Amino acid sequence: MSQEHFDALIEADERIEPDDWMPDDYRNTLVRQIAQHAHSEIIGMQPEGEWITRAPSLRRKAILTAKVQDEAGHGLYLYGAAESLGTPRAELLDRLHAKTQKYSSIFNYPTPEWADVGAIGWLVDGAAIMNQVPLCRCSYGPYGRAMVRICKEESFHQRQGYQIMLSLSQGTPEQHAMAQRALDRWWWPSIMMFGPPDADSPNTGRSMAWGIKRFTNDELRQNFVDATVPQAELLGLTPPDDALVWNAERGHYDFGEPDWDEFARMVRGEGEIPDLRIGVRRAAHDDGDWVRAAAAAYADKQAARSAA
Amino acid sequence: MSTVFPQWEVFVRARRGLDHQHAGSVHAPDGETALRAARDLFTRRQEGVSLWVVPSTEIVASDPADVDALFGPAADKAYRFPTNYDLPPDVDHM
Repeated sequence: MSQEHFDALIEADERIEPDDWMPDDYRNTLVRQIAQHAHSEIIGMQPEGEWITRAPSLRRKAILTAKVQDEAGHGLYLYGAAESLGTPRAELLDRLHAKTQKYSSIFNYPTPEWADVGAIGWLVDGAAIMNQVPLCRCSYGPYGRAMVRICKEESFHQRQGYQIMLSLSQGTPEQHAMAQRALDRWWWPSIMMFGPPDADSPNTGRSMAWGIKRFTNDELRQNFVDATVPQAELLGLTPPDDALVWNAERGHYDFGEPDWDEFARMVRGEGEIPDLRIGVRRAAHDDGDWVRAAAAAYADKQAARSAA
Repeated sequence: MSTVFPQWEVFVRARRGLDHQHAGSVHAPDGETALRAARDLFTRRQEGVSLWVVPSTEIVASDPADVDALFGPAADKAYRFPTNYDLPPDVDHM
């Protein structure tokens, strides 16, 4: 196996599998991307998890519990894919806890109202699906396969979120206003989930050549806006963008420029929420250590007994 | 002190009559716990009726470098395939 063989596989749009030879840059790029993705899934449990005890009905509680459990599962699928590249899961979690690896900054926005749970499902999961569907065809086999599983489950996440927004927007004037506030809060952060504009995204070209990425940030962003604006109209809600207008000539919506300075601040991890998120994660990990130790001791005892 | 569990490969039988298929992996201290973790991770939506877990270290895999030596030779043995045999139209559904 060699660079030549690797290049031929990529050229033929074949998949790369864990035992194949691959360039160090390809491996490192994937470990970083998959780990960040996995971290985002498990950190993403927090802003919504906070609402499980406060969900307005038993049905909404059950839905939200299932969704948050799915996010944990998605994290595990992705850690598994990252491990197949030779980096143990424990090491990736250490890097998350030490803040040397990032998670998506979308999870550093607060969720002060119930409608935020709806907006997250509709917009944040909607944007994630837009990003993730092309990743099912990622050139790295285990990542693509994990994404297939994730996308299957993610569809329910977006639909339940939209349904919350639908109930609220058709509810009392107060509920409608709460839905609009949630849209106001989550619209721009969701638009920015696709990453910086193509001109400021130096790694896009290489990731596309490697078949890791299939569309550019701006292409996906446009798809998201085009899909989402009619959904907002159906809710009777207005995205907070004065420049948003249908462009018949392009066959797409024109929209305003996000606040990229805010994006940069969020990526740098400014504000109080990043410490809160990592603190909760570390506590969950540390508080569970005695359980893992006990389980390991029990397994050792059973193994010793069956050997005797 | 952090405990790290060994890795297990998980195979799921989607329904009776089908083979178990590789689904992914879990970490667990023993097989029984690995089965529970696999159940929680891979079969929350009726994806399966049976699970296997196997320690990842027990998998013996072929070397990608041997792919030609192992799998190449079949390509020049067209006579192993039914389409290699031209028959008169009357019996060609054979």
